Parts: sequence; structure tokens; C-alpha cells
Amino acid sequence: MSAGRERLVAGYPESLTEQAFHYCPGCTHGIAHRLVAEALDALGLRERTIGVASVGCSVFAYNYFNCDMQQAAHGRAPAVATGIKRVLPDAVVFTYQGDGDLASIGTAEIVHAAARGENITVIFINNTNYGMTGGQMAPTTLIGQKTTTTPLGRVAENNGYPIRMAEMLATLDGPAYIARVSLHNAQAVVQAGRSIKKAFQAQLERAGFSMVEVLSTCPTNWGMTPVKALEHLEKVVAEYYRVGVLVDRTKEVAG
Amino acid sequence: MERRLMKGNEAIGEAAIAAGCRYFFGYPITPQNELPEYMARRLPEVGGVYLQAESEVSAINMVYGAAGAGARVMTSSSSPGISLKQEGLSYIAGAELPCVVVNMVRGGPGLGGIQPAQSDYFQATKGGGHGDYHLLVLAPASVQELVNLVREAFDLADKYRNPVMILGDGVLGQMMEPVTIADPVPVASLPAKPWATTGAQDRPANLINSLYIDPLELSAHNAKLIAKYERMAREELRFERYCADDAEILLVAYGITARICRTVVDLGRQAGLKLGLFRPISLFPFPYAPLADLIAEVGVNKVICVEMSAGQLVEDVRLAVEGRVPTVLYGYPGGVVPLPAEILSRIKGEGGANGVRRS
Amino acid sequence: MLHEIISAGFGGQGVLLVGQTLAYAGMLEGKEVSWYPSYGPEMRGGTANCTTVISTGPIGSPVVSNPTALVAMNQPSLEKFLPTVKPGGVVVYDQSLVSSNPALLRSDVKMIGVEAQQIAARLGNSKVANIILLGALVKAAEPVSLTAVQEALKMVLPVRRHNLLPLNYAALARGAEIVA
Repeated sequence: MSAGRERLVAGYPESLTEQAFHYCPGCTHGIAHRLVAEALDALGLRERTIGVASVGCSVFAYNYFNCDMQQAAHGRAPAVATGIKRVLPDAVVFTYQGDGDLASIGTAEIVHAAARGENITVIFINNTNYGMTGGQMAPTTLIGQKTTTTPLGRVAENNGYPIRMAEMLATLDGPAYIARVSLHNAQAVVQAGRSIKKAFQAQLERAGFSMVEVLSTCPTNWGMTPVKALEHLEKVVAEYYRVGVLVDRTKEVAG
Repeated sequence: MERRLMKGNEAIGEAAIAAGCRYFFGYPITPQNELPEYMARRLPEVGGVYLQAESEVSAINMVYGAAGAGARVMTSSSSPGISLKQEGLSYIAGAELPCVVVNMVRGGPGLGGIQPAQSDYFQATKGGGHGDYHLLVLAPASVQELVNLVREAFDLADKYRNPVMILGDGVLGQMMEPVTIADPVPVASLPAKPWATTGAQDRPANLINSLYIDPLELSAHNAKLIAKYERMAREELRFERYCADDAEILLVAYGITARICRTVVDLGRQAGLKLGLFRPISLFPFPYAPLADLIAEVGVNKVICVEMSAGQLVEDVRLAVEGRVPTVLYGYPGGVVPLPAEILSRIKGEGGANGVRRS
Repeated sequence: MLHEIISAGFGGQGVLLVGQTLAYAGMLEGKEVSWYPSYGPEMRGGTANCTTVISTGPIGSPVVSNPTALVAMNQPSLEKFLPTVKPGGVVVYDQSLVSSNPALLRSDVKMIGVEAQQIAARLGNSKVANIILLGALVKAAEPVSLTAVQEALKMVLPVRRHNLLPLNYAALARGAEIVA
């Protein structure tokens, strides 16, 4: 093979800094970060993007995304993003939130940002527990799942039922694009990347609120090896939280 | 300049717009609703945005985002709503973002009432939320002063990169007085904010953040904030003296209570009592030294702190007086506006007690 | 010169408008003015009142213990505020809505009972009863001139209601005549 026929098939995204991730071995946050960065790169958005980091394992997301960032209080990222977007309507604004942040303490903020059709993009990492604080029950924790605050497993009679945020928000008229993806294998990761890019495109079209729920692993708190965690993600988690596109009104706007 | 009769709440809105504020995030609560309603009408006319948030919590976080994006931005509420905003205010102070927050105080605790009160003195001046921080707090006593201080508040917020609170009360928000509003600041002339998150074009990425996980870094950040508050204490003391130069009994009051006390001073002097008034206008920084100097200067033999709360302002007054003369509290909590005659009769020793309305 | 005027009645009778008109008139005459309304649930169908202060010097308290004048449009307002009026003050009340209980009346203030409802009805609109009382008050207490009040009404009434100005001017004049 001659040098002339070499071409770059993979590189380091410009929208990521060179800072090494602090995430646990086998955690899929890093993949999700990279997919967001690749989407920003592909659409040429880095210099006009403002990201909003939330509270949880991804609290330090601002160290990794090579764009302007704001760090928000727990659950409030959609409100912060709303403030930014209203001041800078031509900027691209995204939040990166976990399931404790978005589906528990931040339910009011996410529901109303979606209902307003706020023209922002939400990357919602669902790993069915509070990772940062040590693996407590989250609103997304599956029935029977053991966490530090459900040591015998989540019981509906006491802890209620898991929330399917994507489906819940899909009942609203404000969202332009809502999809759920999973990161359990290479094919799923490619699909996740497409959905994330699509969500940013929806924002560029000013179509309204867009969200991608990303099913993610937490080998440390699940007490599994990374490989076992990926299997669990595919076989168990994605069984309850079905992947797919729940809302796509982008074509309506484009047409 | 044109003199207009305006309600306090509406005058704030117009003054904010004149100061270059184009973003307002609101949530309804009595007695401040005229302000968000005014902004909802006026801001679209000047190319701004009024947005009603889903809660006070969201509204203050929208302020965080907008301030971080470099805008002059405002929100308003009344006491229970300000309690909800305290989380966001702590983050805003921590991230050093400029904004203006209006608090038209009503009685508490809990749902309390809707009538005028000053029982948010602590949560306004002592930080209010978690962590070591202060808001710069200004307490106007007339609608014109309200207008002037709103204008100044935006400049001070930018000067210090710190939230500024306008601390009013139900009377100030609801009353009408003639005002003149200074000419609008051209938005283009507002100070540049190179730290704002506007997109990292031709510069390194900017970050708005209050997280310092390393204790040494956090303590350095705290030191920077403390230095800022010390500078405020040197440069931003605001107060007023009325008939104080020969006062034997000195009243200390802020906001609408100071207006009432001004009448008490007049009535008392007609009756031969040498009354004077010291009115702090900046509540943080509090004018400790000017109050202490006044007491030393003129031979005041008694200080009476009059407040529409159960003893909040009096703590700062006592810190200033340092026990040199007796300092007593006339507290009127619960939304009861003390009338001049009832304060005067209490000074004369004709009865009245803290927390009890003579009627 | 210091006028402290309380205007009180049921919500919807226009007592706040009486106070606002006085405040505007004072401002037009270059005086210091303040206007402070009661607010909250009592506004909705309950009693409402406002305090207007008009002064040639800076105004201290916008809330007053002892007003120099009172406009009362119902019985509870008269009962509540009459005892607080300064001796020598002026009290204008709507006689059609207040039972003439002699125990209520004071001899050390100028009491002016006006059949405001009937006069307003004869003018063709019962809603101007408040303006009739305002006319009587301005004539009796002279906090501002009647001309300034006429100008002030143009500012208080929204432009779409300016067709009602002649009616209001007539009501103002009728109220003033009663005192004369």
C-alpha cells in the first residue's frame, strides 16, 4: 500500500479536549462524549456551541468538551440552557444530563423545556442509578435492581416504578425529535451517533426541543465486568427501555 | 426630563430596560406581579425576551444561563419565591455572574402573608443560600430611589460580577410616586464581557462554573470572593442621615420604614423630642462605620431600630453600636405597617411592644 | 402644605381611582405626591382603600395615621376611618350608602354627606358617584385645583374611555356645587 492511498478513517474529535476522562473503566460516558463531539465536528458547530454540564458523573463534562460550557445546578441544566438560548438564539445549546439529574430532581425543568419546544438539544444518559454518589436508586432503576438504597432490589410497593422519560416527553407537542439509543455494541453506537447528529440538526432547523436518551452502563455500581455490563444493557435494560425514534417532526418543519 | 406617576413595580421594569436589561425570567407571586406583567408587555417592544418560568427555581437558573451568555438580565419575586431562588443565587455568586434580583418582601415564615414586611433582611444580606457569599443589597425608600438604584444595580453587578438584590416591600412595589427615568443606556455601550459563553470562536473555550473540587482551589476562590466583598465595603457604602446632627434619640430604619420614621422624626421634633434618623441604603455592605461615627459624633444617648420584622436589622445595628449606647428594637413583623403616630407614642413611653400592633 | 387623604369603599366603586386622580393632579401642579393602595384578596369584592399624600415638601410616610381628609363610599369605611381624621379635617361620604347614624358623626371635622348615587343616576351613569365625591372633596379641602383634577382625569382614564370625560367633568362640577 503506497503512502498516496492512505486516508484518515478515524481521528480525535476537535470538539473534545485532550483531557483524559475520569470515568470508571468500562463506563460508556466516554463513548457518549465522543459521539456528541463527532456530531458537533461533522456539523461544524464547535465555535458556536455552548454546552451545559449537569450534576452527576458527568459534572466534569466541561473539562472534556472543547467548546464554551456552563456548569448547572442539579437538575437545572434545561433552565440554564433556556437562558443561554434566549440570549443567543443563533448559538447551538446542549445539555448533558444523567438520569438522577434529569428524571428526578430536574423533572420540572426538562418537562417544561420540552413543552415550550425550547430549541435546545438534550443528551440524557440513563444508566439506571446515581453513579457519582455511589450507586443509589434512581427514578430509572429497574424493578428488582439492587442499589445501595434498595439493597434487596427495587420494590414497586415501596419505591414505585421506573420512569420512561423519552415516552413521557413524547406526549408533548413541543419536542421536534426524541429518540432512545443504546451503547451496548458497535452497531448500536453507530446508530446512537446518527441520532445525536439528528438531534443537533433539529436544533439547527429551529424545529424545537430535541433529546436523545442514551442507555449507558455503570459496571462499577452494577457490580459487573464491563463486558457483562454491556450484555446486561442489551438484554435487560434495553428490554424495559426500548430503543427507537419516539418523535420526529423535523421533516414537517423542513417540508 | 418627563415626570411620570408610576407604581414602584412598573417603574423598576422601565428603569431596568433603560439600564439595558433585555431579559426577564419571572414567576407570579404577590405583591410583585406588576413587574413581570410590565416586562411581558414592554420587553418585546425593545427586542427583548420575557419568559415565564415553571418555578422560581427555574427562573433563577434561566438568569444564570442568560447572565453567563453575557446579557443584562433580571428576575423578581417575593419572600417565599426568593427562598426558592437561593440555590440559584448561591451558584450565581459562586460562578461570579452579574444579575439583578428584585425582592418585594412579604411577611413570613412559610406562606406567611402578602402584606408588606422586611423579614427577608437575613436571607438578603447574610448570603441566603449555602456557602460563603454575599449579594450586594440595596434598599430604596421611594419610587424615584428605586428607579435610580435599579439603574445602578446593573452597573454594580457588572463591576463586581456579582448578583445585586433590590430589597423592597409591598408598599414600595404597590405605591405610585412621580419619577423621572434617565435616558436609556445604548446597549452597544455596555461593558464587554470577554468571559461570557458566546461560542469559542478565535479564542479558547470559556467556562461558567462554581465547582472547585480541590479544597486549595476552592479556598483560593473563596479568598477572591472575600476580597470582592471587602472592596464593596470600601466603595459601595450608601446611607442617609436625617436631622441627625443634634439627635439625642437616633432611629435606624431602611426602606419604607425609614420613610415612616422620617415622619416620626418630624412629629417628634414638633413635640420637642430631639429625634434623628439614620437610613442604611446599602444593606450589604452595611454602613457600620458611618453609623458608629454618627453616634460618637453627636452624643446620641439611645438608638431605636425600627423594622417590619422581628429583629433582623437590629443585629447589624448592634454590631455598629458595639454597646456604646442602649439599642432597642421596635419590631413590627407579620405584614403590619407601623403608623407614625404609634411609633411616636412608643418613643414617648406610651406603650407598644414588639410584634404587637396597637390599634 | 400637606394633604393626607384616604379614599375607601367597596372594590369596584372607584375609590382607588379617586386617590390616583388626586395624585396625578398634585403632580401636575408640581407638588410631591404618593399614592398607596390596599392590595390582596380584600380587593376582590371586599373593601378597598388608598392613601394619597400631596405636599409642597418631601413626603415622609406614604401611610398615614391621621388623614386630613376622607372619602368614604360605604358604611364600614366611614366607621373605620372617621375616628382617625384630624380635627378640622374634611370627610366626604356617600349618604345614599351610609345610614345616617348620628353616633357616627363628628362635630370637630367638616362632614359632607352627598347623595352621590342619586346624583350619578340623574347624570345617567351610576359609576361616576366616586367623581361626584371627588368634586366635593376638592372643593372643600382644596388639596389641588379643580382644573388640575380635570387634566388628571385625562391621564387616569384610558384613551379609549375619553368619550366619558364630559360625563366625568359634569360629575366633578356637581360634586363641587354641593359644597359651594
